Amino acid sequence: MRASRVAAVALRYFYLVRGSPVRLLPMIAWVAIDIVLWGFITRYLDRLTRFDFVSTLLGAVLLWDFLGRVMQGITTAFFEDVWSRNFLNIFATPLTIADYLAGLVITGIVTSLLGLAAMILLATGVFGLSFFAYGLALAPFVFVLFVTGISLGIVGTSIVMRFGPASEWLIWPIPSLLSPFVGVFYPLATLPGWMQAISRVLAPSYVFEGMRSIVGGRGVPWNQLAFGSGLAVLYLVGACLVFTGVYRYALRTGLIARYSAETAS
Amino acid sequence: MPPSGDVVLSAEGLTKSFGGLKAVDDVSFQVAAGEIVGLVGPNGAGKTTIISMILGVLKPTAGRVLVGGIDIATRRSQALERTNFAAVYTPLPGNLTVEQNLRIFGLIYGVKDLAARIEQMLRDFDLVRHRKAKTGVLSSGEQTRAELAKAMLNRPKLLLLDEPTASIDPSTARDIRARIADFAAAEQAGVLWTSHNMYEVAEVCDRVLFLSRGRILLAGAPDTLIREHGAPNLEELFVEVAHEQLRPAEEAS
Repeated sequence: MRASRVAAVALRYFYLVRGSPVRLLPMIAWVAIDIVLWGFITRYLDRLTRFDFVSTLLGAVLLWDFLGRVMQGITTAFFEDVWSRNFLNIFATPLTIADYLAGLVITGIVTSLLGLAAMILLATGVFGLSFFAYGLALAPFVFVLFVTGISLGIVGTSIVMRFGPASEWLIWPIPSLLSPFVGVFYPLATLPGWMQAISRVLAPSYVFEGMRSIVGGRGVPWNQLAFGSGLAVLYLVGACLVFTGVYRYALRTGLIARYSAETAS
Repeated sequence: MPPSGDVVLSAEGLTKSFGGLKAVDDVSFQVAAGEIVGLVGPNGAGKTTIISMILGVLKPTAGRVLVGGIDIATRRSQALERTNFAAVYTPLPGNLTVEQNLRIFGLIYGVKDLAARIEQMLRDFDLVRHRKAKTGVLSSGEQTRAELAKAMLNRPKLLLLDEPTASIDPSTARDIRARIADFAAAEQAGVLWTSHNMYEVAEVCDRVLFLSRGRILLAGAPDTLIREHGAPNLEELFVEVAHEQLRPAEEAS
């Protein structure tokens, strides 16, 4: 991996945002709307009951949105190459897969941190969310969601590379499809058995169960969080393997050379 | 006739099959430093497939590609650091300015003293006044110049050009041909050039490879080929060769 090549991939997205600041909107506006909406819902629920909905629900919304933004940051940076038909320009260069993925991940980190900053500002400043409630457990929470978001982003780019630009509509709903299983808003015990079985192999489940455990005064389930972190790292390794496999398939079949038309099948 | 100077590109037994179809069938050739080689043939002859294999974006079914002696299959990055390309079907990202595009590709290719090199390319390709313009809003000729500036940015030892003058006016095309020839001579770069414009090929190329149905049918200097086959010019020879190759297929069908 060479730093200048990684920087080039990230720099391209910076140039795009600078040239068209409206691109900042999806990074900040939608998450801000989510926080405002859930902020008022939790404030209302707090008044009705004595339960700390701000820490539970608003915190969960914020962290789940963060995962989505990380994934979206990576896939959007990748889509810039798809939309500008830049595939051949990019892949017929000394750029390695590791350089390219690292550049996408850095782009995803920067764009998701922008969104996270906006969310934290609103959630803490306006609705009184305090991350101190989570204590040290916040670090593994963020780690698990961050690494899972990166993995989903890489898998998303692999799907689009393999099946063509039209498959973009398959990847945007992935976080929404996962959310019922990971228990963002409710304990996993609420779910039927078969859904709980799926939840157990989804790393973010351990984050949201951990949050509820802390807010409910049952302490930090460190073992569970360690297991979730391990799962997230496995996802990342798996996602990189999937991307490498798809890339090799693309080299064998000429997909990269021909990649410009709508080829989803 | 094989090239006499240092070999910058060696294609050895290149073959590419898609299912039962052989798009490229056991093609071998070399390009020497400072040499411009024309790769010509009818649509579907396999030109772009060969270029894709040389660029490492398509894996050959058999055979290998060496750039400056480096096998692209095993040392891809090192081989491609010495290579660059411009193709009519691969424009630079239109939502970035000319200067931004050059900076990004300069970083990818690891160009030394990048700022100075970008200035030189902008001057050489008469793009100084367009440096802040988004590449997508430039005219066809200006976009082609920007693509060539990117293609020569890293002083490649091997330059691949897939129809670089397609869809531009004759005056600009002449200017671009001259710049490419100057670059090849000054940098001692080997150039592999595909084109359907036989006048252009005859003017610029030191050697021509006639390709049909994935195989090289004829190879040699343009003047020699014309003389040996008794054709009035390269275009007539092209038409003759293309028809000869099509006839058996038509008769069979």
